[in-house]
Amino acid sequence: MNFKNLKEYLAWLYYQYLLITGIYVLEPWEKSIFNSILFSVITMVIYTSYVFVPIHVRLALEFFSGIFGGQPESTMALMN
Amino acid sequence: MTESPSTKPANGDVCQRVKNGLKPERNGLAKSLYRCHEKKSKHHRQPEEEEVNATSHHGVLYSRPFIESYEQTPMLPAVFTYMSYGILTIFGYLRDFLRYWKIERCNIAGEKEEQRDFVPLYQDFENFYTRNIYIRIRDNWNRPLCGVPGPTMDLLERTSPDYNWTFAQSGRVLQDVINLGSYNYLGFAENKGACADAAAEITMKYGVGVASTRQELGNLDRHEELEKLVARFLGVESAMSFGMGFATNSMNIPALSGKGCLLLSDELNHASLVLGARLSGSTIRVFKHNNMQSLEKLLREAIVHGQPRTRRPWKKILIVVEGIYSMEGSIVRLPEMIALKKRYKAYLYLDEAHSIGALGPRGRGVVDYFGLDPGDVDVMMGTFTKSFGAAGGYIAGKRELIEYLRSHSHSAVYASSMSPPVVEQVITSMKCIMGEDGTTIGCDRVHQLAKNAVYFRRNLQKMGFIIYGNEDSPVVPMMLYMPAKIAAFSREMLKRNIGVVGVGFPATPIIESRARFCISASHTKDVLDRALSVISEVGDLVNLKYSRQKIQPSVARSFDDNVFEDIDD
Repeated sequence: MNFKNLKEYLAWLYYQYLLITGIYVLEPWEKSIFNSILFSVITMVIYTSYVFVPIHVRLALEFFSGIFGGQPESTMALMN
Repeated sequence: MTESPSTKPANGDVCQRVKNGLKPERNGLAKSLYRCHEKKSKHHRQPEEEEVNATSHHGVLYSRPFIESYEQTPMLPAVFTYMSYGILTIFGYLRDFLRYWKIERCNIAGEKEEQRDFVPLYQDFENFYTRNIYIRIRDNWNRPLCGVPGPTMDLLERTSPDYNWTFAQSGRVLQDVINLGSYNYLGFAENKGACADAAAEITMKYGVGVASTRQELGNLDRHEELEKLVARFLGVESAMSFGMGFATNSMNIPALSGKGCLLLSDELNHASLVLGARLSGSTIRVFKHNNMQSLEKLLREAIVHGQPRTRRPWKKILIVVEGIYSMEGSIVRLPEMIALKKRYKAYLYLDEAHSIGALGPRGRGVVDYFGLDPGDVDVMMGTFTKSFGAAGGYIAGKRELIEYLRSHSHSAVYASSMSPPVVEQVITSMKCIMGEDGTTIGCDRVHQLAKNAVYFRRNLQKMGFIIYGNEDSPVVPMMLYMPAKIAAFSREMLKRNIGVVGVGFPATPIIESRARFCISASHTKDVLDRALSVISEVGDLVNLKYSRQKIQPSVARSFDDNVFEDIDD
């Protein structure tokens, strides 16, 4: 398939999305409802991951380094 | 060798191989066939199912390679298909809710106000599917034609202002739409030529209506001639014709079997055969599609255990199959079936609706295709709708059977007989196929159809579509899977002036929707090439090229290359 520009390619991708989800057969107001629900769900997922994923990753790293790296420290402290 | 049910011979066949005198390993040619077949099968051990029966394995049963392919549904399209049906069901519930609370108008039949508390009539899945999915894409079916459905046709253009609840005709005619959906296998659906002239002449002489049943005053001399001709065409003793193909099956199976008989019918039999079987009142058992092991198991169980409660022997066992299955494009395994029926003393009812005229070197159907004796099939049934360009059906077989049916069949006794121009169309086209009108038109058309079918199928498979069925059948189902793609494919093809038939839920399993092409002898190579290039273009646009099989060389070609290399004695 030859796409003259990016806009045509994006239009084809949107067409594939309509076909795969079955939205293609629905009336325009039903398409809008589905698109807005899907868009809001994806936005919320992105926002949540942006806000919370770094915090969770930092806590997880601290937890695991606490298990492996923490032991030599405590025995050394006891010896001293 | 692939251990599939088709390649394991029935026990009776072991004696046949030894009777030949030579065991297959001694004959150099068969050994090389076996070897290149083994070499080929080692390359393609992939998840798809492809069954090839080489001559060496069945000895005398199959005189030509029987290649069928049913590629497994790829996972991602299957997941998306279920997902899209789920989303459409949710929106269906939403719309039904709006209709129930009168927020929007209900355009389809519903219960009246007074009947709201009665048992609901329209709540089953079929009605839900019709209301919420079928109506939305309904503009792809019931398209009005305004001319003869030949290799090209003229369609009336329709638009719908309210999303397919009603249609308005704009008055424009779409000219010369390539017709890939009509059952016009030999191209006899035409308004010029010998058949049309003969039909017009006979209308001037006999009129159009018959105004009676066959048994009363509706038996014309043309009907008698038609029946003698059909019997001669098929190579049997006698035949009988009926006005409607569907009624032939549904009204004659009850006359042939009743209570105390057993009907063994294929999984994918046509609705007319299923209806006839249910009307007859016999016990019905279903075997897996084209699977001889399943059939043999059922036969053995039936003979050993007898009727369900009384254990008496069955009055008769009738195996009901079709020649070509129109939704799968598969051809019945007739040689094995005849061997089984002879061994277990059952009767065979063969419905050749799609295969008569379309298969075989002389166009005599699936019996001719395998080179078998027509006397082996007890009841041969067929229709005149597909290859002969007319309407109606026939049943052929031994003389006693047909004499019995003349007085006991509901269709012969109550339904009015075939109309004279239709009878004349069948007579002329059948004589043309047999070559009795002095030309070779019929013979050429049969060969052209065989070539067209193989060419079209091979090219579609090379392009990467999933095609079901036997390599030689003129019915070509192409898998689409998703419901939105049935509508998209059909509409895009019509925009490019090609008419196709898409098939969805009630006729096929819910995730296996397909587009079914019917190849005709009247399609020239240019028309097929244009159709193929447009199908490829639309396939790329709609993303239908699911196949993951590599293109393998056909069995015939591998014989040519190395058939003499392996002989070492």
